Amino acid sequence: MALHLAIVLAPLAAAIIAGLFGRWIGRSGAHCVTIAAVGASFLMSVIVLLGQLEPGALPQNETVYTWLVTDGVRMEIGFLVDRLTALMMCVVTFVSLMVHVYTIGYMHEDPGYQRFFSYISLFTFAMLMLVMANNFLQLFFGWEAVGLVSYLLIGFWYTRPTAIFANMKAFLVNRVGDFGFLLGIALLLASSGSLDYATVFAKAPQIAQQTMEIAPGTTWSVMTLACILLFVGAMGKSAQMPLHVWLPDSMEGPTPISALIHAATMVTAGVFMVARMSPLFEYSETALSVVLVVGATTALLTGFIGVVQHDIKRVVAYSTLSQLGYMTAALGASAYAAGIFHLMTHAFFKALLFLAAGSVIVALHHEQDIRRMGGLRKHLPVTYWTSLVGSLALIGFPGFAGFFSKDALIEAVELAGRAGASYASFCLIAGVFVTALYSFRMFFLVFHGKERLDEDARHHLHESPLVITVPLVLLAIPSLVIGWPTIGATLFAGYFDAAIFVMPGNDVLARLGSDFHGAGGFLLHGLTGLPVLLSVAGVAAAWYLYLYRPAVPEAIATRVAVLHRLLVNKYYFDDFNEKVLARGARLTGGALWRFGDVAVIDGALVNGSARLVAWAAAIVRLSQSGYLYHYAFAMIIGLALLVYWTLGGV
Amino acid sequence: MLQNYLPVAVFLGVALALGLILLGLGMLLGRGRKDAEKLSAYECGFEAFEDTRMKFDVRYYLVAILFIVFDLEIAFLFPWAVSLDALGLSGLIAMTVFFAVLVVGFIYEWKKGALEWD
Amino acid sequence: MSNELVQFLSVVAPEAIVGTGICVVLLAGLFAGDRARDATYLLSMVTLVAAAWVTGSAAPNGSLTGGAFVVDSLSVVLKMFAYAAVAAVLVYARAYLVGRRMDRSEFHLLVLFALLGIMVMVSAGSFLVMYLGLETLSLALYAMVAVERDAPMGAEAAIKYFVLGAIASGCLLYGISLIYGATGALNFTDVAAALQTTTGARPLAAAVGIGFLVVGIAFKFGAVPFHTWLPDVYQGAPACTTLFVATVPKIAAFSLALRMLGDGLDVLASDWRFLLGAVAIVSVVVGNLIAIAQTSIRRMLAYSTVGHVGFILLGFASGGAEGINAALFYTLVYIVMTMAAFGLVILLSPAGQEADAFDDLRGLNQRSPWFAFLMLLVMVSMIGVPPLAGFWAKWWVLSALLDAGQLSLAIVAVLFSVVGAFYYLRVIWLMYFEPPAMTGARMAPELDLRLLLSVNALLVLGLGVFPGNLLRLCARALGAVSG
Repeated sequence: MALHLAIVLAPLAAAIIAGLFGRWIGRSGAHCVTIAAVGASFLMSVIVLLGQLEPGALPQNETVYTWLVTDGVRMEIGFLVDRLTALMMCVVTFVSLMVHVYTIGYMHEDPGYQRFFSYISLFTFAMLMLVMANNFLQLFFGWEAVGLVSYLLIGFWYTRPTAIFANMKAFLVNRVGDFGFLLGIALLLASSGSLDYATVFAKAPQIAQQTMEIAPGTTWSVMTLACILLFVGAMGKSAQMPLHVWLPDSMEGPTPISALIHAATMVTAGVFMVARMSPLFEYSETALSVVLVVGATTALLTGFIGVVQHDIKRVVAYSTLSQLGYMTAALGASAYAAGIFHLMTHAFFKALLFLAAGSVIVALHHEQDIRRMGGLRKHLPVTYWTSLVGSLALIGFPGFAGFFSKDALIEAVELAGRAGASYASFCLIAGVFVTALYSFRMFFLVFHGKERLDEDARHHLHESPLVITVPLVLLAIPSLVIGWPTIGATLFAGYFDAAIFVMPGNDVLARLGSDFHGAGGFLLHGLTGLPVLLSVAGVAAAWYLYLYRPAVPEAIATRVAVLHRLLVNKYYFDDFNEKVLARGARLTGGALWRFGDVAVIDGALVNGSARLVAWAAAIVRLSQSGYLYHYAFAMIIGLALLVYWTLGGV
Repeated sequence: MLQNYLPVAVFLGVALALGLILLGLGMLLGRGRKDAEKLSAYECGFEAFEDTRMKFDVRYYLVAILFIVFDLEIAFLFPWAVSLDALGLSGLIAMTVFFAVLVVGFIYEWKKGALEWD
Repeated sequence: MSNELVQFLSVVAPEAIVGTGICVVLLAGLFAGDRARDATYLLSMVTLVAAAWVTGSAAPNGSLTGGAFVVDSLSVVLKMFAYAAVAAVLVYARAYLVGRRMDRSEFHLLVLFALLGIMVMVSAGSFLVMYLGLETLSLALYAMVAVERDAPMGAEAAIKYFVLGAIASGCLLYGISLIYGATGALNFTDVAAALQTTTGARPLAAAVGIGFLVVGIAFKFGAVPFHTWLPDVYQGAPACTTLFVATVPKIAAFSLALRMLGDGLDVLASDWRFLLGAVAIVSVVVGNLIAIAQTSIRRMLAYSTVGHVGFILLGFASGGAEGINAALFYTLVYIVMTMAAFGLVILLSPAGQEADAFDDLRGLNQRSPWFAFLMLLVMVSMIGVPPLAGFWAKWWVLSALLDAGQLSLAIVAVLFSVVGAFYYLRVIWLMYFEPPAMTGARMAPELDLRLLLSVNALLVLGLGVFPGNLLRLCARALGAVSG
């Protein structure tokens, strides 16, 4: 228990030190203390993971502190550490550590240096609280805390209006998700009477029996409703359509944040949460179908947008959205392990891609438009090669980490017999082509072809310093090889048996596993499959369109202008939100403010009651005359009343 | 239970009634010819030379209180002395403690000058 | 030494130590004079530490003379808390007393006397012992208010306090005699047993006696309409005395209420619950209302005390173990909060002056952001905003009320806490949004004072974030006493 507590508290302590005493300990002090803390957390997480990997290791469920007991509901802080948690802890702390190191180089000129380190350490703390929670309250705490830090970091450069707009947007969109999440938790609390995972999961079969009436005449299964509400929360945090709109804008934050929070860890919280709640979701076929369809739709549609973006970070952001869609679809197919597996590999290669993008941005003095790059291969060799690894992993090139996870995931979805499964598998397979297309479009435009740099940038061009390149290399290694040793264990060897519950009838991975004969066999099998073919086709198409015949994309854009406009405007989600939802809310708010607030509340209730109270106070105050005999008289009257009442009770 | 006190209540009632009746009779029947002498405070035959609400020197109180403290101690000592046989050693020790505290108090008042008149 | 005496001493050891400490401090104050300025301060501290050590090491179960004096877990917890609170008062008062050239030894002496009274009350198992402790405490308090003999305000406050206190004390004694008349017993357990056996019509004398007891309890707490001494004493007494009067005796008041009513008269609970409920709700209403109209920070805090006391009594009135637990929690939290608030008042009083008007708080944030922040914590806690301790205190009282089905009381209490927010917020407004007044002397308080105030105010936050431990402590303390 002390170990678990130390893992969580070390980053928190570091965040407090760097945040409150940053001025005293200076820049190097700030990064030393936070890196030491997160590093220690990482090492301890590895110890925990190794402990969990021992044969026969049991999940550890322990309560650290009982915060409050009210009406029989215990509100506690506690840790549930099983293999799922241990894996997440390692991923979170490892990526966080890399980002910490990288930040030294990326932010070294920024005046908010210590503040930044404090935030990312705080984020690590919050994320660990989230994944290690053993109850819904703490889950919600971690959930909101990572949201808060994300908000702070998107608006890190708080003098930029766009950054403030973006963090406000992220905050508001997440609020929609959190509202559903909170309702879901409340519904579970109401139907099970507990916030503790173990208790709620144990009652899942009973909850699945319950129904409730939302509107008159419509009966809903409580479990379906609760799961969908929880998933609405996941949609907000993991940016699934239509709550995905905040993620591309969040790229206003510094790049290390995009890597840590908006690619590798926080946005996967929704995926993690659904996997953690598998004992609940498994009882609702409807909810799983919703998850499946939403995930698959997101995977394909956001991929398309990635093809028309010009900002290097936004392309990566849309690819994140698309990959999150893949993970979500896996969850919806009951292949939770596949979703988590993809989450892990994705964390490595997506963090890598973001940090590589950041490296390019630093090298070009904060130029982010890929139309003004090109031919950087010879100037940034380390970045080039690591980007190549990341991109290949992303498109699922055979042998790379992403190949194993994505292929397993797609096959699992194909096998799922659930409503919407065939639609989902079509989306996912088509998405493979799109992924390859936008990834290599960006890759070719940045590193190959003509140099389209402006003079100033070309003049300063140089490879990034070691603190930037070392994390790139360290992240490239797992992106390259992590799939080989882990696929068999995580997906088919029952690694998650204690953590994830799957109904026997739904267990697509088990069916998949009956054909599984080691990673090499999986690779050979995959080579002949449609996805690999499509990804190669995607790369070829990218090469043709953006290197060989750069004029063709323009022509296509003008030929199908309607479609192009639709993509450039991101399916008009933002416009709809701003013109209809935001404006409607503002109008309603304005009206309510004028009539409700100013007239009724301010005028009558607030000022009126304040005046009434002040008047009463002035009257009652007169009783305190200062004369002793008045006081004594008051006491005697009081005594008389008391005695009268005791007699009155006879 | 309160019935036991009924005679008291009767007595109170009678006393109150009698007092009121006598005063009332005096008011009704008496012929009030008031002068300064009649209205002055009754001073036991002496001439009224000062307001009765005069201030006493605070030192009277001090002496009185100190006297009471040490006087009561005697009242406490007698029964103790008589029954010392029965009380035994613990009685002796208890009284010693009591006296020690009293002595501390005595030292205090002496040192503070409470025993000096001026 | 005889067995009897050893056994006696083992039970009253803490009281004996404090008593001895009093004698030593008294003599030291007489003879040390100016040579050892801090002698009495240090001796008092030593006394407290020794008493705490003895209290902590003794087994929490013992009684004397057939249960007239008891040592149980409640008495141990309350005594420990009282030692800590008194120690804090002594630290707060130190610089203040030096700055005003007041006779420190007398103040220390009186504080120890009051502590002795509180300890006796906390351990009382019979009406007479309780009364003995109460008088010891009260006489010390009267003198403490007038410790600055030449100050007219102090003298006026003391005489008011004394006269009203005498009335209340008389009422209490009369109530005790009525109950003695009804039951023929003075020990709480015997009284309870006697009342248990009188089946049928309840003994009228005991019921009327309760009316008189409630007067004594309400006066000690400072509940309406027996609160009238509070504002004058808070304002008239030297700040260090106010700090003491406002805090530590509430421990004794809690014991007074719990042991007399809860232990002794539990059979008649429906009577006293109703009376306490009435007194409590009027206190919440009147206290919070009048506080708004105050221009003196001390008078405002006095009325705020009345409001808080109302909440404590509501805990009693709700009935049941949960309510009493809430009342104890509230009492302890109230002491911590008030201690910090008056600590700041002491801090704001420059040598030779008294901080009193709100003007002294004006612009505190510019003069000293840290202290302004601490005061902010305390004020927000008094309003009852989570996550500060005051929130939980109110929360548990209200939840006990709701459990007891006292919905209307709960609603009124909540409404007037909201009204109360007004004057606490005004303090915050003054500190943060007003320019400093002219008397902008640089504050340079002693290190111990600064440290203590910080710890004290942060405790309000700490107890708010982690209320569980204190609540469990309360429940454990009460577990041995009443069901």
